[in-house]
Amino acid sequence: MAEPDRETTAWGDKFKGVAALPVQALFRVLEGPLMALQRVVGIRAMPYVFLLPNLAFFGIFVVIPLFINFAFSLTGGTQVFLSDRVYVGTEQYSFLLDCENFVDPVTCREDRFWKGIFNTATFIFFQVTFLVLFSLVTALILNRKIRARGFFRSVFFFPVLLSPVVVALIWKWILLRDGLLNAFLVSIGLDKILFFVSPEWSMFWAIFVSIWAHMGFYTLILLAGLQAIPPDLYEAAEMDGTATERIFWRITLPLLWPNLLVVVVLALIKGVQIFDEVFVLTGGGPGTATQFIVQYIYNTGFTEQVQNFGLAAAASVVLGVVLFVLTLTQLAATRRRDNV
Amino acid sequence: MTIKMRTLLGTAALALALSATSAAAETELRMMWYNDGIEGEVMQSLLDRFEEENPDIKVTLDVVPYKSVIESLPIQLAAGEGPDLARVTDLGGLSQYYLDLTPHLSDAAYWKENFGPFLNWLQPDSDAISGFMTQLTVTGPYVNKTLFEQAGVELPGDGATWDDYAAAVKEVADKLDIPIPMAWDRSGHRVSGPAIAMGAKMFDGEGNAALVDDGLKAMAQRLYDWHQDGTMSKELWGSVSGSTYLGANEDFANAQVVMYMSGSWQIPQFAETIGDAFDWWAVPAPCGPAACTGMPGGAALVAMKDTEHPEEAAKLMDWLAQEDVLSEFYGKTLFIPGHLGLAEGGVEFDTADPRAQHALATFAGAVPKISPVAYDLQGYANNRVLFNALISRLNEAIVGEMTLDQAYERMEDDVAKQIAEKERQ
Repeated sequence: MAEPDRETTAWGDKFKGVAALPVQALFRVLEGPLMALQRVVGIRAMPYVFLLPNLAFFGIFVVIPLFINFAFSLTGGTQVFLSDRVYVGTEQYSFLLDCENFVDPVTCREDRFWKGIFNTATFIFFQVTFLVLFSLVTALILNRKIRARGFFRSVFFFPVLLSPVVVALIWKWILLRDGLLNAFLVSIGLDKILFFVSPEWSMFWAIFVSIWAHMGFYTLILLAGLQAIPPDLYEAAEMDGTATERIFWRITLPLLWPNLLVVVVLALIKGVQIFDEVFVLTGGGPGTATQFIVQYIYNTGFTEQVQNFGLAAAASVVLGVVLFVLTLTQLAATRRRDNV
Repeated sequence: MTIKMRTLLGTAALALALSATSAAAETELRMMWYNDGIEGEVMQSLLDRFEEENPDIKVTLDVVPYKSVIESLPIQLAAGEGPDLARVTDLGGLSQYYLDLTPHLSDAAYWKENFGPFLNWLQPDSDAISGFMTQLTVTGPYVNKTLFEQAGVELPGDGATWDDYAAAVKEVADKLDIPIPMAWDRSGHRVSGPAIAMGAKMFDGEGNAALVDDGLKAMAQRLYDWHQDGTMSKELWGSVSGSTYLGANEDFANAQVVMYMSGSWQIPQFAETIGDAFDWWAVPAPCGPAACTGMPGGAALVAMKDTEHPEEAAKLMDWLAQEDVLSEFYGKTLFIPGHLGLAEGGVEFDTADPRAQHALATFAGAVPKISPVAYDLQGYANNRVLFNALISRLNEAIVGEMTLDQAYERMEDDVAKQIAEKERQ
């Protein structure tokens, strides 16, 4: 068995050598100008020089649009260019927040915004709960020495590679009146179910499909966490005759907690951003039962005859604040994990 | 002059000539287009002929989904990045971006004479000539006549009301176990014709939008009731949200629907997809107390004012608007002509299908019966605001999210809000 390993290593070294050639050539070309630059700006400023391209990219495509969006939220009218638009101050925000009773969207002036908020909250509550639960169970199973473990890992990860639109179309074909699922129900003597006509079924399938599509990614993160737990802890517990449940609660879960927290926060952020899959699957219907906040923004800004960019921008600022809070939570969780 | 000098001058002259030729051939016009049927192919063949006759102009036909014409084109135009020409259905809503072709046309009088009433749809506030109708459409229902015959139910005749049809199609569906007795396109435009038949006025005395009145309520109540008693399936209207359009053409083509309220633009598609599989039959617009009317509408080819080549765009429009060219276009696409001369003289439609011929005759015959209110609504620049408010709020009531009275309040509020936003400049 030693011979192939040595061969592989030799090939690996050769490949590394070949692959490194262009990089070395590039370094040789850049060395002179970079040294000159270092003499001018000083060695302490050099890290910032290296960060500059990424910062410029981030600034142009993220930070500047963020400010432009905020500026749009303070304007009204239908003009596309900011300079042509009418300044209205916080009017768009007041309009969004004009509610007699915040718990009842029907009493709000912009009822669809609040329905979007409520639907999104319902969606993320169930989606995140079950997504994390199923991902954890799957990761625990895939971490055991079961038969065809590699195959099952691929099977669970495969949906992650699919485009959200493809995922939604596949499930739509399964769930339509004459789709596969109804054909099955009829074949066993049951009646067809019009899934997309019922608000409850539509929400259920929106959550189910989203979990199906994303579970593999979170399973992978948890699996990596499980594999990082030192095996000697389990061996010691087994030697002490500790019950399986106790091992899970006292060893696995505490050591997996930082990964679990990251998974929860990431799933929350993705849940708040949900749009494409559900838009293709249910179109937001029936009525507004599965219309989420991002679809509200899209409809307000683009699908109506009067494209209300100001209101859409204000709603997206609200969404941005929620995402910002969730991102801070994730950062805090990551830091705490690093400190563990 | 030395030989060297002559050679040099000759080469320079040749280079100049070549560059002049290539500069002349460099005028490119881009036309944004969407397809309902085969009209893209027909238009491309006409453009090929135009290019042969005008080698200095190249026209690129950019075929895009209809959704892009509705959602992306207005943003492109507002940003000054739109195409030179486009096929549009939001006729008056985009009028601010249209080019006035009048100074560039060879015979503006011909345009006014043959496209007169439709020019006002494109430019409600001026006399400008911006384009012509690639198709005139009329909304109206189709029935599956074969199902009526199989069920032994008599097809309601001329003057039948919506209630007569609702009862008849329910009877057919019950007898033959058809899942959807009646389906309507999920579109405010489609609902408006029958609402006007019920007496909806759509405007107040001063010409301002006034969507909700007793006429509209009468039709909305029927649509609500039909969805609750199973005459219409919630699957179509209920399965999406907002103002999203949804048609039932596939269900109708698969004989899952007895009656389908749509419009004349479905004729070429039904001729191709249904053919003689069953008798798909266009019937006159059912009546209400005020009228027996559908909604007019259609698509127009317009030139855009931001084009860098207004002369060439006008030359192309002039060429396409010729009577013989348009006759060929309408004939091959099975579209109702939006050219008064051709509408009067008749177009030889390229079909031997008796169902298609009957449908064309039915819809063409419906044109004189269209209510003036329907014409006014079609010519109203903000009509999509009304259509979208109507369909989205009515749908929310149908699926039980609000009562009909709450839906009416929301419709009025949506319309007022959007028009106020548009006028805030």
